[in-house]
Amino acid sequence: MLQDQDRIFTNLYGFQSPSLDAARKRGDWDGTGNLLARGAADIIGEIKASELRGRGGAGFPTGLKWSFMPAERPAGQPAFLVVNADESEPGTCKDRDIIRHDPHKLIEGCLVAGFAMRATAAYIYIRGEFTNEARVLQAAIDEALEAGLIGRNACGSGYDFDVHLHRGAGAYICGEETALLESLEGKKGMPRLKPPFPAMAGLYGCPTTISNVETVAVAPTIMRRGASWFAGLGEPKNTGTKIFCISGHVNEPCNVEEEMGIPLKELIERHAGGVRGGWDNLLAVIPGGSSVPLIPRSICDNVAMNFDRLQEVQSGLGTAAVIVMDRSTDIVRAIWRLSKFYHHESCGQCTPCREGTGWMMRVLGRMIEGRAEPGEIDMLQEVTTQIEGHTICALGDAAAWPIQGLIRHFRPELERRIEACRRNARQAA
Amino acid sequence: MSLARGRPVAPEHQPDTFTFTKAKLEEAERIMARYPKGRTASAVLPLLDLAQRQAGWLPIAAMDTVADMLAMPRIRVYEVATFYTMFNLEPVGSYLVQVCTTTPCMLRDSDAVVEACRDRLGIDFDETTPDGLFTLKEVECLGACVNAPMVQINDDYYEDLDAGSMVAVLDALSRGETPQAGPQGGRHASEPHSGPRTLTGGD
Repeated sequence: MLQDQDRIFTNLYGFQSPSLDAARKRGDWDGTGNLLARGAADIIGEIKASELRGRGGAGFPTGLKWSFMPAERPAGQPAFLVVNADESEPGTCKDRDIIRHDPHKLIEGCLVAGFAMRATAAYIYIRGEFTNEARVLQAAIDEALEAGLIGRNACGSGYDFDVHLHRGAGAYICGEETALLESLEGKKGMPRLKPPFPAMAGLYGCPTTISNVETVAVAPTIMRRGASWFAGLGEPKNTGTKIFCISGHVNEPCNVEEEMGIPLKELIERHAGGVRGGWDNLLAVIPGGSSVPLIPRSICDNVAMNFDRLQEVQSGLGTAAVIVMDRSTDIVRAIWRLSKFYHHESCGQCTPCREGTGWMMRVLGRMIEGRAEPGEIDMLQEVTTQIEGHTICALGDAAAWPIQGLIRHFRPELERRIEACRRNARQAA
Repeated sequence: MSLARGRPVAPEHQPDTFTFTKAKLEEAERIMARYPKGRTASAVLPLLDLAQRQAGWLPIAAMDTVADMLAMPRIRVYEVATFYTMFNLEPVGSYLVQVCTTTPCMLRDSDAVVEACRDRLGIDFDETTPDGLFTLKEVECLGACVNAPMVQINDDYYEDLDAGSMVAVLDALSRGETPQAGPQGGRHASEPHSGPRTLTGGD
């Protein structure tokens, strides 16, 4: 188990104050000016060496992403760090805890990351429903500005860097980075075609890098404790610590920061009080937020919680939101409800997603009661492949994958329901 | 699908004008200053939110006011106002009760929370009680999944609910009280309910 001394988010549960004074006592803003004095290339190098991968779901190597920003820009052209705090992936509630309990880790991270990528300002795009969280974060930004930590000559570095908070207004799609930029520019949150990539033409057409809250917030600690400390946790390419959100049918749902690669069973039993009714009562787990395919109990027995191990079992770490389902779960309804979510959240721009999410939701809705033809299981599978990979953004993929996981692992259950429904119909006739 | 998500209430229920209060206007100017010159359209979401907080909902006259302030064509503001779920395009009750029923809440029996709301308030989703106190809405994941099931009432999250605690919250609001937001089952935040197993000061 990860030792407390290796935990980054030491106020995850908010038993201490989120204020600047309390944050300093926890080690935040300690020698930040000296960190910046090491130079942008050194910071990027350290983050690369730590093998940190993005914590927002896709797991892209962070140091590499931050290095995509052009080193030379025309005079007067701004460049932006945009922090994705539009946390909306079902099962996921980790950024909320960082924002409301450890906001200075995020703000210091903005300065370090922004400086490393030569950005002129940061915008933190927070989901609109997090109203109280936004108040805490704004108060922390004001404190940091007042103390000279950000703003003009931030931390005495000679570097000017403003951090602005921007509240969304309710749209899951704005968690997609280019939809977020559209929204931040005052438009509907509809994803952009890439290229151009944001690092070349992002917010207001200027070089922009979008990073998740947790990714940005861990950067100062990595810089202070060193890449080798972070890389020494977990396994190569899957390093460091991670906040896991354990929800659903466990005895004690909770958030916990653990070592990357902790076995799923240990995570659930040690931190979340075990599966309701015991491990043998486990049916399946969605290990990385609603977008990743579920894994049945047989895989849960041994799988380790990191990007590569979960990919090997045809699922993913995603946001590390672990949704646990025991044997009382109506698994078809549980996945149908996710289909309903994606149908509701599709922005409507791409036909496969706009039409397909509704189509999948309706077919799966009938399958809850078995009101379907046996051949419709294959047809549903086929439709998921028509959506997957055929849309501008990954929402179409995210809508397809949970259903593919259901068919892959619970096809006999779908067939059983269809057969039972047909049998009932015959008997009634 | 969200294209036709929001429809403004019929013209006879729309006020003719909308004017920001002085305080709200000052706040709007502070918000607009966060964005580069010539990019004030970026302020459209926060300004619509300000207008909604003042009016209690978002009338077309308020959208027009915001459009004028930001030098945006009105249709661009209408597009935005009808795209995002937090804008209420018709009047809502004093307490907007938004129940999350997405899978993590569903697994923790949000069905019981929905039923408790329906029984206690005597209304269904998208309806308002005759006294104008409560509007009930079903919403998608609000990002408090380890504290499921949960509802949002105005700005506040009420978490770790069951039928009993849901009714208790609604009862308290009916009496004009402000029930304590956050987890209703006794825990502080997202730690295990029997107490934290990490960050205990030891280890």
